[in-house]
Amino acid sequence: MISPRLAWLLVALGALMLVLAPIDLTGIGIPYPGLKRYGTYIMTLWLVTAIAAMGVNLIVGYAGLETLAQAAFVGIGAYVTALMVKAGWPFGLAFLASGVAAFAVGIMLGFPALRVRKHYLAFVTLAFSVLAWLVFRNEQWLTGGVMGIGDISRPTLFGHTLRRHVDFYWFVLAITAVLTFALWWIIRSPWGRAFTALRENPIRAESLGVDVRLYTLLAFAIGSAYGGLAGSLYAPLVEFIDPNPFALGPSLLFMLMVVVGGAGRFAGPFVGAAVAVLLPEWLRFAEGFYLLIYAVLVMTMMAFCPTGIMGLAERLLPARRRPTAAATAPLLGEAKP
Amino acid sequence: MADFLQLLISGLATGAIYALAAIGFTLLWQTSQTINFAQGEFVMLPAFFALVAMTWLGLPFAVAVVIAIVCSMLVLGLMFKVVVVQPLIKQGVLPLVISTIALSVLLKEGVKDVYSAEAQPFPTLFPDVTLSVAGVAVSLAQVGVLVVAFGTIVALQWFLGATRIGRQMQATAQNPTVARILGVPVERMILYTFLINAVLAAMASILISPIYLAKFSNGESLGLAAFVAAIVGGFNQVRGAIVGGLLIGVVDNLAAAYVSTSYRQAVPLILLVAIILFRPQGLLGRREERAV
Repeated sequence: MISPRLAWLLVALGALMLVLAPIDLTGIGIPYPGLKRYGTYIMTLWLVTAIAAMGVNLIVGYAGLETLAQAAFVGIGAYVTALMVKAGWPFGLAFLASGVAAFAVGIMLGFPALRVRKHYLAFVTLAFSVLAWLVFRNEQWLTGGVMGIGDISRPTLFGHTLRRHVDFYWFVLAITAVLTFALWWIIRSPWGRAFTALRENPIRAESLGVDVRLYTLLAFAIGSAYGGLAGSLYAPLVEFIDPNPFALGPSLLFMLMVVVGGAGRFAGPFVGAAVAVLLPEWLRFAEGFYLLIYAVLVMTMMAFCPTGIMGLAERLLPARRRPTAAATAPLLGEAKP
Repeated sequence: MADFLQLLISGLATGAIYALAAIGFTLLWQTSQTINFAQGEFVMLPAFFALVAMTWLGLPFAVAVVIAIVCSMLVLGLMFKVVVVQPLIKQGVLPLVISTIALSVLLKEGVKDVYSAEAQPFPTLFPDVTLSVAGVAVSLAQVGVLVVAFGTIVALQWFLGATRIGRQMQATAQNPTVARILGVPVERMILYTFLINAVLAAMASILISPIYLAKFSNGESLGLAAFVAAIVGGFNQVRGAIVGGLLIGVVDNLAAAYVSTSYRQAVPLILLVAIILFRPQGLLGRREERAV
């Protein structure tokens, strides 16, 4: 792989490009007109999706569990934020509450499932996903039912409103950066090593003194909390929420996204979210057939390269394999003890 | 009481259809460790084969039904086995799960784009006559569904238990390695399982489409019902899938009448969670000693 210094450089360059993406650079001699309103919106949606997908990646890629309920956790975050902001609470508090709510529900969901057997967590999350959707749809007094909740105002930062798409984009970008760094830190910490150990060999991990149940539960709850935080940003981004984006189907798509990007690869969720959110915009000409193409691609990829796009990239890049601590180190999840 | 019996009968009718889908689901799991997330779409699709035969080719309904069954054996049995499952079986459970999720998207969107996004009326096999037996109104269509579904299940049980091929299939499901040593053509038995699953899905499709109308998105709720039925009954037992299917059908119907229509879907799911907590091997299942 590439050297750590180069990796940091690439990350910094990528971050700079993301910061400058919506700005018109023709004034300083670079022929780049900047993203329009809609383009900025789509980029923000990509970041929000990537945050939720990072949570799935922690659960699926690092801890080796299955979750089929990430959209439901995004929904929990979105509704908590929408209701709190509507009731006049500041966004910062709503954002934290969304994460805490998703974390708590994640613990409640994972605890009984893991008491029985790891495998059943997937079934329980599937049931939970549909149950949560039913609650979003039916409890009209709280969630507005199918009519949803509209006019969710965007937050203000130090008295400066983030109503403009560009401002909100930068706000989400900054939060994404913080959450990405937090996850990177978690994965590098002894906790993260324990997660990976669980995935690779739970029995050996247990014999080495890793509390399997506790760590599995933590991985699941933290991953779900990322879903809640993503939902908290989704609500003010779209400014309107209804139950549809939080149904079982979208939860399954989150799972696809992470595996397509490369489960257990740090950059996987960003790539997967790009394929799910950005690619359809470029493939507008394909219209309804986009999902057909996507489905066939996923099936082909699973047959020939189940490690996803990042795994494919590793295979194609010259193999100077060296697991580094750099933020982009995609081999991190694979590090064998 | 009459209401209750009516609900019970119509619940058993839909439950028998769920059971068909759930049996296929457990058979696939037993013989090839395939958790088929597209099972609901497998039940949705054959009705559209029949509709294509009727509206595009102008064939009579009876011929269309036969065509639907044959097409689903080819597409959902043979092609599914060879194109989707075979290349993935070595990659483990998760890639296969992902692939069947993608397949469900493919089938759903395919039907929507190629045929129609609207719900299609579907002809019923039985006359829509209501009989009154001792004060209970019984729809002949529901009785017909029950008879056909149970006939199919009995035939399948007989095939699995009494014929040579059926017993070889059971041996394959229980222990493929030993079965191979004993001279069972394991690969062919797995293929038969896929074909049987396709036939069961086609039967379920033709029985349920007159009730719910044929729509591309039907697979979501059907797949969930089959999934829940299979786990509630016991993932590793065909008998379990039958009991699970009937139970889910009845519980769903009674919940709609006595609990709340908007939360009818929740009741089978809560049942699922309760089963996982207190009897994870399912109502009729054996404990599996296999390390997951």
